[in-house]
Amino acid sequence: MNIDLNIKLGGAAGQGLQTTGMALAKTLKKSGFHVFTTQYYLSRVRGGHNTFQIRISDSPVFAMTEDVDLLLALDSESIEQHLSEMSDGVVIVDTDEIEVRKTADSIFHVPMLKIAKDVGGDKIYSNSVSLGAIMGLLCLGLSDLESILREAFNKKGEEIVQKNIDSANAGYDYVKDNYPGGCKFAVNEPGEKENKMLINGNEAIGLGALAGGLQFLSAYPMTPSTGVMTYVAAHADKFNAVVEQAEDEIAALNMVLGASFAGARSMVTTSGGGFSLMTEALGLAGITETPAVIILCQRPGPATGLPTMTEQGDLQFALNAAQGEFPRCILAPGTPEECFYLTAEAFNIADKYHIPVFVMSDQYLADSLFTLPRFDASKITIDRHLLSDQELRTKKEEYKRYKLTPMGISPRALPGQEGALVVADSDEHDEFGHINEDQDNRINMNDKRMQKLEMLRDEMQAAKVYGNPHASVTLAGWGSTYGPLAEVVDILSDKGRSVNLVHFTHIHPLPVEATKKLLSRSKKIICVENNSTGQFARHLKLEADIKIADNVLRYDGKPFSPEFILAALKEKEVI
Amino acid sequence: MVSMEDYGDFETAWCPGCGNFGILKAIKQALVNLGRSPHEVFIASGIGQSSKLPHYLKCNAFNGLHGRSLPPATGAKVVNHELTVIAVTGDGDCYGEGGNHFLHTVRRNPDITMIVHDNQIYGLTKGQASPTSEVGMKTKVQTHGVFNMPLNPLSLAISLDCSFVSRGYAGKIPHLTKLIEKAIEHKGLSLVDVLQPCVSFNKLNTFKWYSERVYEMDDPGYELDDRINAFEKSMEWGDRIPLGVFYVNEKPSFEDNLDVLSSGPLYKNPAEKELINELIDGFI
Repeated sequence: MNIDLNIKLGGAAGQGLQTTGMALAKTLKKSGFHVFTTQYYLSRVRGGHNTFQIRISDSPVFAMTEDVDLLLALDSESIEQHLSEMSDGVVIVDTDEIEVRKTADSIFHVPMLKIAKDVGGDKIYSNSVSLGAIMGLLCLGLSDLESILREAFNKKGEEIVQKNIDSANAGYDYVKDNYPGGCKFAVNEPGEKENKMLINGNEAIGLGALAGGLQFLSAYPMTPSTGVMTYVAAHADKFNAVVEQAEDEIAALNMVLGASFAGARSMVTTSGGGFSLMTEALGLAGITETPAVIILCQRPGPATGLPTMTEQGDLQFALNAAQGEFPRCILAPGTPEECFYLTAEAFNIADKYHIPVFVMSDQYLADSLFTLPRFDASKITIDRHLLSDQELRTKKEEYKRYKLTPMGISPRALPGQEGALVVADSDEHDEFGHINEDQDNRINMNDKRMQKLEMLRDEMQAAKVYGNPHASVTLAGWGSTYGPLAEVVDILSDKGRSVNLVHFTHIHPLPVEATKKLLSRSKKIICVENNSTGQFARHLKLEADIKIADNVLRYDGKPFSPEFILAALKEKEVI
Repeated sequence: MVSMEDYGDFETAWCPGCGNFGILKAIKQALVNLGRSPHEVFIASGIGQSSKLPHYLKCNAFNGLHGRSLPPATGAKVVNHELTVIAVTGDGDCYGEGGNHFLHTVRRNPDITMIVHDNQIYGLTKGQASPTSEVGMKTKVQTHGVFNMPLNPLSLAISLDCSFVSRGYAGKIPHLTKLIEKAIEHKGLSLVDVLQPCVSFNKLNTFKWYSERVYEMDDPGYELDDRINAFEKSMEWGDRIPLGVFYVNEKPSFEDNLDVLSSGPLYKNPAEKELINELIDGFI
């Protein structure tokens, strides 16, 4: 890694941080850098102190580090809070507008508002001035920024496009003329400009759902899951899909079950609080054996918790939610790439086993942009496992939705198909789907449902090993912590330490034998999780009797950084 | 030709003499009269004695959760709008536990027929007050008599501009049959609130009580699209209780608003694989 720079934009909600940050991230990606961004925001529409952070490198980066090189301060808070995160760098601030109570050599005044008014005739162009100034400090050209601004403002007409470009140039020139030496960070553009994607977890889940043949989505908006719903809604018409905002999460999952029962690939998106309302319908999916995909995008709870922050605190809840016993499946992607493929896979598992399937992400994965190789849609298959009209016409006996079969999976017909009446019941039922309270029937039906879990277990993918497969210390993680954990392994391996990462995406049913085999090579297993009680460590112990030597936990609402994990490992004398 | 035999004859878990039998008969007869075959019919229901109804006739059925007949009915209708979709529910199920779904399904206006078995009492849990129980009715829970004002489902539906609002009576099966036929044929959400005596637990609103009060509305001058008049009519309750269609508002159904359904049922639409690559390009 020759280039590794961290750019932080800080300001209040409503100051255009997200728009400016996105434009900068897209520009730097276009220039050929590997870009990784995170967002820290509060649950409010105006005010508060928010940040948009961009890390750029010439190698893939999947985590945010803590040392800031370039800070764009749009409020005084940015300087108060983040100056201490900088060892050597530059703070861009418009001291005409913002009171700076601290002194530091790094503070560099750019009269962004004045330039915006002089060049564009309006203060709204100050964000473009700041973008030009950042490109100047990075010692890069302006052509990529110009084309991103053109793309962003194209709809508003040529005049607006030109004013933004002129403002960016003026900010750029100001740095050239006023910053000692003309620029600060000599970051040469990587030679190769590959066709890489810049995408966050929410978008990748939406994309994966559409690729996987999603036909019906119902949800109630809830941070941080809402991005999936809005992404799908924006493209639903072209994909012949319907998105309906439900009156509450109870309706959302019940609607999805009706839609799925009638034959559509259907999904809900929610976060913990909304999922709490869905638990009754989760059990309904279980007993009626109705396929459903549940996107559970976690945030810290309980109750409303920290609405805009991150946590992996809902694993045990998802594993155990709803009364009674029934099979379910839990997948947890570690990157947007895995979000894409696993969401599509979730639909196939749901359709094959007639069960609810979770895709669990969190605010960190949902809102972070990753630079990734182009997704390959041709790898995605759609397997519906439905009886054809022809099969129904030639069948010999009356159709039974819950026919007892050796593997527990009953052939599925849809209401409306001639030759079948499809009946589902939330009560225990007989093979036809009619209420039945007989004890032998209960055992048969319960066994039939639970048997599917064992068949699915055999299909679940084993965890992936990152780093030396024979390392003596293993960091175990699940879902969104992949990026920071992989970087820790890289850092430690470079120092000659024998450490690897075993990262789980297929959480439940856990492929027990494969898991035991993978983890038996390790002398010491440290489980790293974004929660306070080690929920995944408990799952490993319960399902596969894996002994975890120690936990590294974080539950302050923030995601892991490599530095945080390294410090914790040092404190625990693992390294 | 579809006949009553096609809809079968099943043993039920209802009390002898229950109003549910009349409602079941009317639903079957209405479906036969309209020429719908069992495989074209989808009935969603919630929980309660009423919600067991789809088990007692041949049809596609989704007997879901307490209070939640309308969301799955809506989901199924969107996905396969060729199905005749009926939601069978009760006063506790629909106006109590599922009250929020009722409000918002009226707003959403899917082409669903709601048949609410309104017996003004909880039957399955053995006789507690329901949202439509009359003030003063004593039960094992409401030992001092019901204090809460009863909910008027028709007035509520009209206030929400529900596209078809009607009331039937389980003791007048031919009238109820016609009402259900009209409700099924109406495009949009149709409410059929059915007064239904509970012979086991409601000792107040009995067959005799209802029979002495109900009458069929037959005023030829009644304007079905007059909302204010319908609202006033819906408040008539006491010595005389009107039956029939109170209000009709022809407006686009939920499915009408979904252009994607114009090419056929949603579940038959093929996945658009090529378009995914266009979306992927958008991230590059």
